[in-house]
Amino acid sequence: MIYDAVIIGAGHNGLVTGAYLARAGMKVCIVEKNDWIGGAAVSRELYPGFTYSNCSYVSSLFRPEIMRDLELPKHGLQILPYEGGAVLTRDGGYLAMFRDHDANRREFARHSPRDAEAYDRYSRDILRHCRFIRPLLMRTPPDPSSFRPRDLSELAFLGRQMFDLSETRIYEMIRFWTMSISDYLDEYFENPVIKAYLAVSAIIGTALGPMSPGSAYVLLHHYMGDVDGNVGAWGFARGGMGSISRALGASFAAAGGEIRAGKGVERILVAGGQAKGVVLEGGDEVLGHRVISNMDVKRTFLKHVDEAQLPAGFVKKVRNFKTRGSSGKLNIALDAAPRFTALPDGAPMYRGDLHFTDSIERMERAYDDWKSGRFSRDPFQDVMIPTMIDPTMTPPGKHFMSCFVQYAPPRIAGAEWTDADRDAFGQTCINQIETYAPGFKDLILHMEVRTPRELEAEVGLTEGNIFQGELTFDQLLFNRPVPGYAQYRSPIKDLWMCGSSTHPGGGVMGAPGRNAAAEVLREARLGSDMSDAYAVL
Amino acid sequence: MKDHFHTPLRQTPFHPRTSALNRLNQWGAWAGYTTALAFDDEAMEYTAIRNGASLYDLCPMVKYRITGPDAAAYLNRLTIRNAAKLSVGGVHYTVWCDDAGKVLDDGTLFRHGAEDFMLCCQERHLPWLLDSATGYEVQVREVTEEVAALSLQGPCSAAVLQAAGFDMCNLRPFRMAKLGFEGVEITISRTGFTGDLGYEIWATPAQALPLWDALMRAGAPWGIRPIGTSALNLARIEAGFIITNMDFIPADQAVREDRARSPFELSLDWMIDWEKGHFTGRRALLAEKARGSSWALVGLDIEGNVSAEGSLIYHNRKTEVGHVTAAAWSPATKRNIALAQVRRPHHTGDTLWVEVYALRELQYHKLMLRAHVTERPFFAPARRRATPPGAF
Repeated sequence: MIYDAVIIGAGHNGLVTGAYLARAGMKVCIVEKNDWIGGAAVSRELYPGFTYSNCSYVSSLFRPEIMRDLELPKHGLQILPYEGGAVLTRDGGYLAMFRDHDANRREFARHSPRDAEAYDRYSRDILRHCRFIRPLLMRTPPDPSSFRPRDLSELAFLGRQMFDLSETRIYEMIRFWTMSISDYLDEYFENPVIKAYLAVSAIIGTALGPMSPGSAYVLLHHYMGDVDGNVGAWGFARGGMGSISRALGASFAAAGGEIRAGKGVERILVAGGQAKGVVLEGGDEVLGHRVISNMDVKRTFLKHVDEAQLPAGFVKKVRNFKTRGSSGKLNIALDAAPRFTALPDGAPMYRGDLHFTDSIERMERAYDDWKSGRFSRDPFQDVMIPTMIDPTMTPPGKHFMSCFVQYAPPRIAGAEWTDADRDAFGQTCINQIETYAPGFKDLILHMEVRTPRELEAEVGLTEGNIFQGELTFDQLLFNRPVPGYAQYRSPIKDLWMCGSSTHPGGGVMGAPGRNAAAEVLREARLGSDMSDAYAVL
Repeated sequence: MKDHFHTPLRQTPFHPRTSALNRLNQWGAWAGYTTALAFDDEAMEYTAIRNGASLYDLCPMVKYRITGPDAAAYLNRLTIRNAAKLSVGGVHYTVWCDDAGKVLDDGTLFRHGAEDFMLCCQERHLPWLLDSATGYEVQVREVTEEVAALSLQGPCSAAVLQAAGFDMCNLRPFRMAKLGFEGVEITISRTGFTGDLGYEIWATPAQALPLWDALMRAGAPWGIRPIGTSALNLARIEAGFIITNMDFIPADQAVREDRARSPFELSLDWMIDWEKGHFTGRRALLAEKARGSSWALVGLDIEGNVSAEGSLIYHNRKTEVGHVTAAAWSPATKRNIALAQVRRPHHTGDTLWVEVYALRELQYHKLMLRAHVTERPFFAPARRRATPPGAF
């Protein structure tokens, strides 16, 4: 049996690519090393009766066009929008964010009347940047050195996007792409707590501090998402993030796709400069006319392809692709809902994201620890309790808490993480929460602590980088993952890439998988019912 | 106040009265407050504005207090009109622009003292007002919640005030007077948004309910009615007044760059004082004056009696050249009127048509109607300016 396509890795992008190819009539097999599917969009039961969102924990970026094409709502996907959130401050107060515009303005006004009235202009400016970038997500990046008609027309598209802007907007755009989020926010706001809340999206998953140039762009990457058409809206997947993978898996299966889980790929079979399939651990071969890797670019080419089959220059660029991990994750089963001293009972903030880092300065100091090879002693945490709006994940009255933590370096002072390091990291995080919610620790029934080491070992993310490669400007668009190979192809014929290492990058977005499928189908001259990107309204 | 998430919309100091009177229970959000859209009959409320006396809760209007030795100089830098020429006790309509000469908002400026102004507007601008204050000895404070304001409008409004014990017979348009009410000072200005005889009364939240009761009691013989925003909107269209975020988008909110408008493009350039010295946007506006503008805001008189709300405008029935921003069948003039943004030079000729989708029993009929550019205000009775006011 020779498949039309063998996909390595049943992460969300692998599933998206697989589903599109299967729907276009290809025989597709996805091979997955774990016994479960989902990659980093996964929900596992590590404690009886509790479903976790083990890695990714919110949905905002998943492209609505893909949801439509692959009929994910029909295959069971429900997204529950969540409401705002809060930063708890060291003085026992808080700053909340509300979905309601006027409630939000009045909340900001408690901290700064000026900033309360600055927020609209800030939101408008961010929206402008999003509107520029968003149309690029669902397109294959042009090769700027090529004269092929498609590259020229894609370059022209980019040029037109630019050309439509006024002189002032071009200045603003270039500044935004290269600025730190700290400097950017200083142009609008004066209050440290407000700035700390707004800076968060610029550092999540990024080995940059809020004062590092380039961090402002990362914010945009997080703001581009849609939930039911609302730009920038966020939500939980009912039943945990694994529900997204389950719906994708169901859509893939309905189109006739096969998944082989439980055995990882030993190596990619290459003969005559052409990919022929994969060899699984234990020696089984799965043959295909093409191999598509959902693994990150480093893992794919440095671990599973014989380097002799690759041009040296390419290998060097892959080696230099930055995948520095910056984050960890705590997944906690709780006996009851925690109570944060600062928050009024029943406050909607419990149903959103909770932070404890109340200034950008403090966030930057947490990054300083990362630079010197330590996990942050005073980390930034993005704490969410999805069971506040999704009781299906736990037994009645119990709760699941997801804590995304920055910063955690890929190695501790140059050495591998040890179990003791991991436990100390976990303690640091829960001690911080305990400060704001006394008695919290007594509620813990079970806790999964994941450092970059666990992320690499289980999910396969090199150095634990959640985006399969940092989202810095040198690694975006036609430079992602490496110059000359941004069109989902590799130096080896019929070996393709579809993971977040490729354009437009990480997050549970599905766009890399969808774009890769579009390229594969185009080359195979197969039609598909793939939607074009929705217009930016 | 930390539990305001329970009440995303605030209530004005008049809410105990307005909620008791709102028999239709029609409410709308305005600048963070819940306000009545209509009380019991929109047509009767409109009639009260034009033929009797009407009372409107003005509290949500955003208000800034600007004080200090440089207040007038500061306002001259901020706005396009000459604030120094506004005498104490006077009010004028004004506009402020960004550096590119695009309008940020319009509003009314009240001069309470040599160094004391109040600026009332639709949108919020504190960062812009504070940034503009650098280098001026001036304080800018947002005071919306500290003022309870009512608008008393209609031909009988002076008589109602008189009956309530406020003699305003000698108060000229765009002037204000301070007087006592239950031992506390209130301000009454001869201003309004209806293009009719009318007054606005500025008090403190503590005075709100006694003030409301006094005016409603005094106005009873004239059939005074509380009015909602729907009736007021009809009156303001007849008066030809524009509303920020309805007839134009403020430059700092426009996502699409081509949506911002200059004072020339909103027909507000008559306010620009070129001689007063530098003001923000001046250079850009001078250049636009020399170069010409792209848009014009005009009043339209449309054939027939089907309101042209939201319609597109065509030159010679073919080329799209603009859109209607507000429209109504005008009961006062018995004409079909509209405010519209039209691309220049089509705002002068007589070539305009509007495409109206008329809803007739759940079915739309497409009409192409002749539209004539006409003077604003559409309705301008002499009584609005007469001092002393006529006896109605």
